[in-house]
Order: sequence, then structure tokens, then C-alpha cells
Amino acid sequence: MSLLEVRGLQVHYGGIRAVKGIDLHVDQGELVCLIGANGAGKTSTLKAICGLLPAAAGSVHYQGGPASGLPAFRLARAGLVLVPEGRGIFGQLSVEENLAMGAFAREDRAAVARDLARMFALFPRLAERRTQSAGTLSGGEQQMLALGRALMSRPKLLLLDEPSMGLAPLMVAKIFAVVREIAAEGVTILLVEQNARMALEAAGRGYVMESGTITLSGPATELLDNPAVRTAYLGEETS
Amino acid sequence: MSGEAGGIVARLRSSPAARRVAVLVIALVLIALPFAITQAGTAWVRITNLALLFTLLALGLNVVVGFAGLLDLGYVAFYAVGAYVYALLASPHFGLSLPFWVILPIGALVAALFGVLLGAPTLKLRGDYLAIVTLGFGEIVRIFLNNLSRPVNITNGPQGIARIEPFSIGGFSFSQNESILGVMISGPMKYYWLLLAVLVLVIVITLRLQNSRIGRAWEAVREDETAARAMGIDTVKIKLLAFAMGASFGGVAGGMFAAIQGFISPESFVLVESIMVVAMVVLGGMGNVGGVILGALLLSFVPEFLRYTVEPLQKAAFGRMIVEPEVLRMLIFGFALVLIMRFRPAGLLPSAVRKRELAEIKP
Repeated sequence: MSLLEVRGLQVHYGGIRAVKGIDLHVDQGELVCLIGANGAGKTSTLKAICGLLPAAAGSVHYQGGPASGLPAFRLARAGLVLVPEGRGIFGQLSVEENLAMGAFAREDRAAVARDLARMFALFPRLAERRTQSAGTLSGGEQQMLALGRALMSRPKLLLLDEPSMGLAPLMVAKIFAVVREIAAEGVTILLVEQNARMALEAAGRGYVMESGTITLSGPATELLDNPAVRTAYLGEETS
Repeated sequence: MSGEAGGIVARLRSSPAARRVAVLVIALVLIALPFAITQAGTAWVRITNLALLFTLLALGLNVVVGFAGLLDLGYVAFYAVGAYVYALLASPHFGLSLPFWVILPIGALVAALFGVLLGAPTLKLRGDYLAIVTLGFGEIVRIFLNNLSRPVNITNGPQGIARIEPFSIGGFSFSQNESILGVMISGPMKYYWLLLAVLVLVIVITLRLQNSRIGRAWEAVREDETAARAMGIDTVKIKLLAFAMGASFGGVAGGMFAAIQGFISPESFVLVESIMVVAMVVLGGMGNVGGVILGALLLSFVPEFLRYTVEPLQKAAFGRMIVEPEVLRMLIFGFALVLIMRFRPAGLLPSAVRKRELAEIKP
């Protein structure tokens, strides 16, 4: 069975149906992306998976067990960790305190200290600013902090919600390099992105979401060649 | 701090022995203090005791507002609950006379329960919205106390409850004056020492809380709740814990207030009292225990000093009273608050976090 198995998931906001019954799965060690336009229901999907939103219908299975209905903090402790849209860093806390907060649920202090050192090696910029309050970091640095903080919890499945949002192209490339690096280390990732090209180039498989339903899915290379994807999401003219 | 004072602080920081001596000296001064204050009149010992009570309240509210970031404008409700629990269990009103060391924990527990009662329905609210609900909660409690005299007389309504028993252990009563080895010990002095002991206990508890896992979880919730949940923090539990913990401190303070005063009525628990405690926390430095204590002491003492100085000062300057002392006193007090917030927006002694934040906002 897959690490994450989503079947017939629906998410409603009052009368508005944001997610209208989708199936997706993520296998151990995969980097899967979910692309789509603004308002397609990508963030709602992620939030429902990690327990921040209730599912109106359908099921979410994580590590073979049912995950729907469990509160977000329990899933987080079980390794299903979301890096929220807009990063959600603790702006008034220092960089180091933010990272330490990522290891909140962990008891193994020695390993946490090692992981902290590892994060500073992975993100040298954060090491330079370790005592600075996180709110003063640039957008890209904040995103790196959010990633580092999530990694501090030793996630099994990382849900990334638009890590490239609001970042300069150069920074987007850097973030994606880090995402690939994390994936190469064996962390399973479900990546939600509007930047379809970057996401598909990094991912092994992809899903395309349109107004609450999944319209296309398959290996990332195939999606990159798909004419419909090329016109709608990669901004290319296909003739 | 500069020059000599800076040198002393640096030396205290570096030497644990010096620090121990300093703590001992401060402890002795605090213990001996009521003998000095008594020289100015027993009324001043009473004023000091009230200031200590408000410090307790401010420290309790600081857990909710400063640590967890939940703005509570109805905090006096827990003070009231603690006071009424004590009054009902140790007064002729119900003919009960339980010892204080039984009632105070009960009061803390009941207040904590009320804290959860307020916290549970407001879990999704933050900032202004939470403030409005808590404000309403404080009023509801007061109005209940005012009206729970019919059909069954529980609170005795606006008349309040009188002849509340003072604290006593065996034959030792906290309210009586007595002379020990030729030294005159007044009732308020005994309460002073008791309050001091409770205060030290509460300070130790809050400081330890702040540096614990719970304290860090509060910090996370204050900053970003969604992210806190993604970190594996049970935000529901942690917010309710803040409400319960803060409320229980208020409950203990309330119980002591009832015993010290001997009489309570709903009038003692009006909105202004809540606002005052919030002002103490904010003005002293939200989230910083030392700052909150300073804020509470200042806001308790300054109006009292003004009460005794405004009248003679006017008489000396103009030969007669021009402005009513009560009016002028609150005018000066309000003006001082405005000035402090203008020049020290993070409070007199800001917490490390707030200090950093404000320093970095400046260009």
C-alpha cells in the first residue's frame, strides 16, 4: 500500500465545493507534485490530508491506517508534516528557536542537536542569521526556514504548499534545488505548486488539478510533453 | 544602565556567590519591609498587600496574554470566583468555616474550571474578537454574582458577603495584632508575609513554565496557530491550559482578597479592575515576568501616592484646592500611562522577543 492514499476526497466550505472527489496516492520515497491554477483546490486538498480541514467525503489513508478525522497535531507527530502556504514561520522567534520548535514533539535531544547542525549545514544562510528574529528574513530565507523547521521533525511525508510563492526566480531555483536534495535523502514529498514547470521538472509523477477535480495524472516527463499542459500551465503555444 | 550600576550587574552575572548574596539581601529587605512601611501607617501596609494581590493577578493574566497571546479582558471574573468560593466556605452566610488551606486549592480549581469554560467556546477566536467575548464573560460573572440572591440566596446579591473569616491556623489568626518578643506585629503585616510567600511561589512557577515545553508551545500558538499544529502541538489543549492556569492564579488571589478584606461584593469585580490588570501586564512588558511585576507595583502604588500628595501639593502651590484630588489623581495617572506607552511601546521591561522585534522594526 502507498504511504498516502486519498480516495474520493471532497472538501466543502459551506455550500462551496472546493474539492469534488479526488483520488491520489504517494508512494514511499516519491516526489509527487500537484499542479493547477489559483483556486483549483490544491491547498484545500493538502489541508484536508493533514487534518487542518475536515473532509466532507472520501478517505485519507496514511501509512496504511485511516487518517481522516485525526487532528493535525497527531498526524504531524506521526510524520505527516505540512509546510503551510505563506510559510507560517514564527516571526518573533529567532531562526534557531523556529528550528527548535520543529522538533517540539521529539524527545531525543542528542539527535535533535545533530539535526540542528545539519540544518545549518543545509541552509548556510540560516546559520548566519540564527539569532535574528525570523520575521526579518527575506521571503526566500523564510521559506528555507520553514523547510528546515519541518525537517527538524523528521517527517516521513512532507506536504509542501507553494514553496515558490512570491519569490524571485533565482530564489525559486534555489528552493527547488533544496526540495530535490530533501527528496534525494529519502523524504517522501507531495508538492503543491502553481509554478508547473519547476514542479514537474523536479517531480517523478504529477497530478493536474482543475476546479476541484484531477484532470490529468502520470509521470512528470509525460505531463511536461502533454500539449494540454503545455498550453494551460507552461505558457507555450502548441500548434 | 551605566557606570557603577552596570558594573554591579555585570559582577552579579559573573559570580554565583555574589548572586546568592544579592538574593539573600533582597529577601531580607523584603521580609523586613513591613516594619519600615508600618512607620508610615498601617494603611500603607494594607496598600502594599493590595499591590501584591494585583501583582499575583498580573502574573496570572500574563500567562494568558503574555505567554499564549490570548487577550483576556474579563480576567477579574476569576478573581471574583476565587473570592466568592472563599467567602461562601468561610463565613456565616452558609455557616461554613473551612480552613483556608482547604479553600484556596478549591478556589484555584473552580477558577481553573471557569477558565476552561471561557476557553472552550472561544478556541477559534483571536485578538479583538476574543477580547470582546472575554469582556462579556467578565460581565456575565459579575451580573450573576449580583443576582444570585433569588430564588435561592447564594451570593447575597449586591449586599455582598460580610464577616468573612480571616486566615488562621490553630490559634494563630492572620488578622489579629500581637506582640512577639516585644515587637508589634499587625494583622496586615502577617498577610504581607503570606502574600510574599505565595508571590514567590507563583513567580517560580511562571518562570519555570515559560522555559518549559508548555511555554514554548504557548509561544508557537501565539505566533502562528496553524504552524503550531503542523509542529505537532495540541493547540486546543495548550490554549485551554493557558486559560486554566491563568485563571487558577486569579482564583488564589481572589481567595486571599476575600480573607484580607473580610467583606466582598460584586462591586469589587467590575470591568475597570480587568482593564487595570491588562494595563499592568502591557505597561510592564507583556511576557516578561520581571516587567509584569514592575508594572503591577507601579500601577498599584502610583495612584495611592498621588492620593496623598495631590492635596498638600495644591495647597502649598495655590493656598487652596483647585481641582478635586480624585480627579487630578486619575488625570495624572492616565497621562503617565500615555507617556509610558509613547516612549516605551513594548513596556517598561520588554520581553526578549518583543525587544528584538521592536529594535528590528526601526530602520
